[in-house]
Amino acid sequence: MRRTRVLVAGLAAAALTLTACATDTPTDQPPGGGGETEQEQSSDGEWFVQAEYDKQLAQREQEPQGPADQPWLQMIQPELVDTAEFKQDGKTLCFSNASVSNPWRVTGFITMQQQVEVLKQAGEISDFRVSDAGDDDNQQISDIQAFVDAGDCNAIIISPSTTATLTPAVETACESGVPVIVFDRGVNTDCMVTFIHPIGGYAYGADAAEFLVEKLEPGSKVLALRILPGVDVLEHRWAAAQQIFGDSDLEVLGDEFTGGDGAKIKDIVTQYLQRGDVDGIWMDAGDGAVAAVEAFEDSGKDLPVFAGEDELSFMRKWKDTGMTAIAPVYSNFQWRTPILAAVKIWKGEQVPSEWVLPQEPITDADRDEYLERNKDMPSLHYAKFGGEDLPGFPNAWKDR
Amino acid sequence: MTTTAPEKKATRPGVAVAARLFGGGSATVFALLVLVFVAILFLNPSFFEPPSLMAFAKKAAPLVVLAVGQYLVIVCGELDLSVGSLVGAQVVIAAAVIDGQESRTVPVLLLMLAFGVLVGLVNGLVVTVLKVHSLIATLGMMLVLYGAIRLWTGGAPTGALSEGFRQVGREGIDMPVLRQLPWALLVAAAVVVVAVVFMRKPFGRTLVAAGDNEKAAAFAGVRVWWVRTIAFVLSSVLATLAGVLIGGYAGVTAQVGEGLEFTAITAVVLGGVVLGGGRGTVLAAMAGALTVEALFTLFNQLSLPSTIRPTVQGLIIVAAVAWAARERRRPFLPQS
Repeated sequence: MRRTRVLVAGLAAAALTLTACATDTPTDQPPGGGGETEQEQSSDGEWFVQAEYDKQLAQREQEPQGPADQPWLQMIQPELVDTAEFKQDGKTLCFSNASVSNPWRVTGFITMQQQVEVLKQAGEISDFRVSDAGDDDNQQISDIQAFVDAGDCNAIIISPSTTATLTPAVETACESGVPVIVFDRGVNTDCMVTFIHPIGGYAYGADAAEFLVEKLEPGSKVLALRILPGVDVLEHRWAAAQQIFGDSDLEVLGDEFTGGDGAKIKDIVTQYLQRGDVDGIWMDAGDGAVAAVEAFEDSGKDLPVFAGEDELSFMRKWKDTGMTAIAPVYSNFQWRTPILAAVKIWKGEQVPSEWVLPQEPITDADRDEYLERNKDMPSLHYAKFGGEDLPGFPNAWKDR
Repeated sequence: MTTTAPEKKATRPGVAVAARLFGGGSATVFALLVLVFVAILFLNPSFFEPPSLMAFAKKAAPLVVLAVGQYLVIVCGELDLSVGSLVGAQVVIAAAVIDGQESRTVPVLLLMLAFGVLVGLVNGLVVTVLKVHSLIATLGMMLVLYGAIRLWTGGAPTGALSEGFRQVGREGIDMPVLRQLPWALLVAAAVVVVAVVFMRKPFGRTLVAAGDNEKAAAFAGVRVWWVRTIAFVLSSVLATLAGVLIGGYAGVTAQVGEGLEFTAITAVVLGGVVLGGGRGTVLAAMAGALTVEALFTLFNQLSLPSTIRPTVQGLIIVAAVAWAARERRRPFLPQS
């Protein structure tokens, strides 16, 4: 009896321990989504597609169309499509969310809810239904199916959990005849009315890498800190950085996966510092950036040139220390756009088939302005959340 | 299998103690620890400069504390899967309540302690009174804490820790040579010493007896349910302490504490402590924790691709535990 129990407990624990070592589930997916629809991996196993890379880098330079003070309504190179066929009086909006499992998504979802609130007051939306799949593809497929089966959604917004797996579910939603809006990560179909996303991962990675190349002397050493492997958005950021570092005179000391865990980041950076100098840090997402900065402080080393993200904890540290840094941005304000797009579609107004939102890094020049705007916000909030003009500001984001 | 015992053990007198240690299948972990350190030495001698060692100690301290807590639960025949979530919950609670204000540091520490005791008590009573297997009971607690914290904070931690709170995990006593003697090292060392003494007291022995043979212990007059409940409370309190160290070390991130329960169990098992209870020593559990941390360091020094590390780690652990099982002689049995 006892022997069996011990055996079972032992086996279970061993299995759990081993799975715990395996790659994490999408629970700690990056605070970003994916702008990229087509292709996942090219034939040589690298996460790099030259054409998409060139396109994104070029899009950074283009002047977006639309109101400059409302970046969530701006669009880059839009190809407008007619939506007259979807014009209707129905006002029930349904949203299938992949998850709110990281601060980036939490921030965005609050902004989205506040936007809905405004439109509800204005009588543009009557009902906003949300299902949260908790990063589970199967759950999200059935969530979408449930919206379709219910038959009373006048539009379905989908923020897909993963690209390939969710494609058939999005197609099912399209076939039901209601307008479908996809945002953040993409899917392998163009059946939706509009696909909303910021420029993308290559542009993000390139912004960070170009800054390091510009600010560091040739021969300087750069350490890359990454969240986890195999997620397209993050891989694209790193792929772009590799291109730029490859063409520069910087030496890349290594690239390490951290899971965004501050303790692990601090440990890894400390170890690199024990072995020699590190002049620059490149991160594929800003989670735990402050821990990396602290590793330099605690080791008594000069602070590196740093590419973080527009997460406030990092931006505050940046200001406090006066270090040389940049905050690449994966535009969090994109969470407002799908709501506004749905209302546009109901009115029969044109929307772009691919709605590319601007994605501009925060630099020394506008850092203080963004910190001032967000001064009451918690540290895991994103500076470019774009909700300052909503009536719930600042309390809705402050008391989350 | 001979091994040079690490310095830490030199503080403990008596060959008998050493013999007892090695008798419990614990030799392997010390050998592995030395092996890993030697490998690191060859790769990077600068790791053994005092400041680097202190940085390692600072990093390893929370896991040592957690491993001691996990040891107490495992040795009496149970498992505690809730410690990782508890660490995360404690850090997030601390950040939210302190909200950067220095004056709240001490009250919040007391609050955390109370919360830790409560969680341990619930774990213990669910296992002992409701007779739910600890794997299930603490798995449930892990999920409850994980979910409750996300519900409470809306998915992402808010607030900030005060400088005072972070002192213990991040700072230390400045001194020459070492550059800094981390508070975390002193805390972990104190925990280990207290635990070693504790395990030699009657209560510690009953703990082992309860894990070794529940019925015999009960016949001998041990209130098994009570002993086990206390073990769970101690585990949660030590997880709280580990939370203070980790929060101090690296601040608040959304991922803090994730997966720590398995790292702690790995450390304890690697130390030759047998799942199901009754065998193993605190020192071996500590050595297990140091070995796990040293392995992380070694992988880093080897510049092993991040993607293959879990595989290598898994293989080393299984191999080491298998080796220890092969080597195991008659275990030290209290009261026999």
